[in-house]
Amino acid sequence: MQAQAVFFWIFAAALVASALAVVSARNPVHSVLFLILAFVDAAGLFLLMGAEFLGMILVVVYVGAVAVLFLFVVMLLDVDFAELKQGFVRYLPIGAVIALFVAGELGYVAVTWNGSPTPAAAAAPTGSLTNTAALGRVLYTHYFYFFQAAGMILLTAMIGAIVLTLRHKPGVKRQNIAAQVARTPATGVELRKVPSRAGL
Amino acid sequence: MVIGLAHYLTLAAILFTIGVAGIILNHKNIIVILMSVELILLAVNINLVAFSTQSGDLTGQVFALLILTVAAAEAAIGLAVLVAYYRNRGSIAVDDINALKG
Amino acid sequence: MYDLIVFLPLLGFLIAGLFGRQIGVRASELTTTGLLAVSALLAWVAFFSVGLSHDEQALVVPVANWLTSGKLAVAWALRIDTLTAVMLVVVGTVSFLVHVYSIGYMAEDPSRPRFFAYLSLFTFAMLMLVTADNLVQMFFGWEGVGLASYLLIGFWYDRPAANAAAIKAFVVNRVGDFGFALGIFLVFVLTGSVGFEQIFAAAPGIAGKTIHLWGFDGDALTVACLLLFMGAMGKSAQFLLHTWLPDAMEGPTPVSALIHAATMVTAGVFMVARLSPLFDLAPVALAVVTIVGATTAFFAATVGLVQNDIKRVIAYSTCSQLGYMFVGLGVGGYSLGIFHLFTHAFFKALLFLCAGSVITAMHHEQDMRAMGGLRKEIPVTFWMMMIGTLALTGVGIPFTSIGFAGFVSKDAIIEASYASTGFGATYAFVCVTLAAALTAFYSWRLVFMTFFGQRGDWAASPQAVAHGHDGHAHGDDHAHSDDHGHGDHAVRDSPQVMLVPLGVLALGAVVAGVAFRYWFIGGGYEGFWKHALFVGSDNKILETMEHVPAIVSLAPTLMMLIGFAVAYYMYIVDRRAPKALADANPALYRFLLNKWYFDELYDFLFVRPAFRIGRAFWKGGDGALIDGLGPDGISARVLDFARGAVRLQTGYVYHYAFAMLLGVAIIATWYLFGGIR
Repeated sequence: MQAQAVFFWIFAAALVASALAVVSARNPVHSVLFLILAFVDAAGLFLLMGAEFLGMILVVVYVGAVAVLFLFVVMLLDVDFAELKQGFVRYLPIGAVIALFVAGELGYVAVTWNGSPTPAAAAAPTGSLTNTAALGRVLYTHYFYFFQAAGMILLTAMIGAIVLTLRHKPGVKRQNIAAQVARTPATGVELRKVPSRAGL
Repeated sequence: MVIGLAHYLTLAAILFTIGVAGIILNHKNIIVILMSVELILLAVNINLVAFSTQSGDLTGQVFALLILTVAAAEAAIGLAVLVAYYRNRGSIAVDDINALKG
Repeated sequence: MYDLIVFLPLLGFLIAGLFGRQIGVRASELTTTGLLAVSALLAWVAFFSVGLSHDEQALVVPVANWLTSGKLAVAWALRIDTLTAVMLVVVGTVSFLVHVYSIGYMAEDPSRPRFFAYLSLFTFAMLMLVTADNLVQMFFGWEGVGLASYLLIGFWYDRPAANAAAIKAFVVNRVGDFGFALGIFLVFVLTGSVGFEQIFAAAPGIAGKTIHLWGFDGDALTVACLLLFMGAMGKSAQFLLHTWLPDAMEGPTPVSALIHAATMVTAGVFMVARLSPLFDLAPVALAVVTIVGATTAFFAATVGLVQNDIKRVIAYSTCSQLGYMFVGLGVGGYSLGIFHLFTHAFFKALLFLCAGSVITAMHHEQDMRAMGGLRKEIPVTFWMMMIGTLALTGVGIPFTSIGFAGFVSKDAIIEASYASTGFGATYAFVCVTLAAALTAFYSWRLVFMTFFGQRGDWAASPQAVAHGHDGHAHGDDHAHSDDHGHGDHAVRDSPQVMLVPLGVLALGAVVAGVAFRYWFIGGGYEGFWKHALFVGSDNKILETMEHVPAIVSLAPTLMMLIGFAVAYYMYIVDRRAPKALADANPALYRFLLNKWYFDELYDFLFVRPAFRIGRAFWKGGDGALIDGLGPDGISARVLDFARGAVRLQTGYVYHYAFAMLLGVAIIATWYLFGGIR
């Protein structure tokens, strides 16, 4: 139990610190790296709460895909980020006021909330089943349509991202598979009679 | 010291607030705004998972899974739009993105 | 028969007005004129049958019920008595002759069907007025003639002056009609009826009643009569409400002859005579009638002295003669007023139609200074004009009843004004006697300037000095335009269709006085009028006026001769005299030329304040208040709001994000502290 609390504090502190770094870092590359750190921290917290599957997914999907995507974009685009940083101070007071306001309210709720004082169960509540198996059971039964819908969303996002970014540059040689498959000896081979001692 | 639901909720609240502040503070940098949105979604996920564990109901985790999906899709589409936009306009400064201005 | 007299002109109006385009100009003229001829013929038949019958009661021909509301019952009915018969004759005859005359006079006008339709409409309305059996029907006819007058004055609607004159006539008449309407209300309150029969029956009963008005008590009958007389003043262009009549000369000349000389303007005289049972019981009202009439007679005659427009001179003459009629009524001799109305209709219509003939001959030149020497060129018109002038100035043999029409009727009024003992009668006598001299002067001045001497004699006449030192140049302009106008046009007398009506009217101007004196104001009075005119038991004016001193009987003729002599001296013998006289008294001359500055005074007192009030309501009330708070204000607020909403839509992503967060914060707060717990 004690170890769980220690890890919680470590992960929580790291999460908050890295989140702060994400929004305040001067270099967006640093921001992305801190974002990855934040996701890893969050995955750790998920593990502490017994949601192993979600924790792993977070690492795989976010750290492995999304954050890297961010990194690619940041590095691909030739943007003067220092310029974009201007005005940071100008909105600091109002941003801080709103943030404190919201944080205060949420904190107030968290402190005064007395719905269930019992500690969070470390293990999955479904007895002998692992968290992943339990999740799979409900996901492929009760929430099947939601699962399918999520798949459709991902498919749409994939196609959308391709459509948005795909660009045919004229003058670039490409492999046209259809044309290759449609080739016949008649179109692909030309037989010529070469006269002797003359060449073509 | 027992780590309870309140701790997780407080942590999520702080994370959410940081995300909100990030949007406001980095209002010129759309990439950081997207990252802040990811942070906010992460805070929501922590909330959902915390409640799920607390009440012994897996529905919260299913929802968190769906949110992860949507967040991933959003990031992919958002970044694709960003790339396309940059390709067309040569800039991603939010101040220049005001075609919706009335 | 009586139905036909009244409604045939309406039929003519409907045919010419609705189908004038389809049936053509000539058919419209013939239809309206033919129907009027039938109507006029029947009017004469009615005149003799009513005037000579021994039926004591007035004949009432019911037509239809108009409206019944509580005690107020108004019916369409034709009341035929001698007074009506006289008016039927006047209206029918003059209207018919004017119709005939107009065929010639308006021959070049493209919209003749409209003109004849208006003329017939006017005739119908006038006949409705004179045959009215109650005050409301009379008011209907009263407004009908006002409408027709408005339409005919503004007949040439492409002339701004004509439109302005039409509006002026209408508005000034509104002032009088306001009084008339109030008078009708008061009579209804007092007697509980608007029918003449009931009113006259109730009149003696309400003689002593008082009415509380603006903090003091007034004699009810006097107040009612004064209000009714206010209407008569407006319609008959009496002093203070006379300003519209000279301007009304902007209309075609036949209109001036019919409406603004012979018939409509005498409606006020007719109305007072018709209501004689009321007026006879209100001596104060009669005194007012006398004084107003006398003032008008004198005032209009003085203005007529110096006018240069041939039609305006006759218009002021009309105004003046209407004053005579009211003096006749005011001193209690109602038949005197009607008699003068009767004779005046003939010779004044004659004068106007002659003036129209002159104007036609001069190719629409109305300024007398541009005329002169027309005697030889248009002899028929000249002799007709002479007859009219002799009749107007009252030429006749003193101490007898033999003379032109004006002599018989006008002199009777002058004698009656001397004989009367009523309040203001002496003032009236002085005024009308002086006015007789002035009448003679301006009438002969008109004849001399128009028909004698040489063309353009008066081009540099003193009248041209009216506008200061540029008078000479002004006169030269006139002479020039005169030469130009007649270089290729001969001055010819008018066609037969115009001259024949002149002849008929001239006949009336000569004999109307002598022929009808016996019936109207002489020994045949009782048998002729019967109960159409009410005369109190102590009203002996018609007898006492026969016994005035010889000098009084002679006075009008003397005055007429003086006026003629002065005119002859100034315009035939010594032609520089008018200019010298005007130069000697510039202030007086200008005062008269500007018609006693009444137009300027009214402009200052009423017209401009009215414009100011109107503008205030327009700009302040309608523009700022109604439009400002209503359509304009709402649309402007919508624009403002939309502009604000547009400013909200900055297009910046972070602004939207910020708004979202703000919303989140607000909703969270609401849930937390105010919402569902």
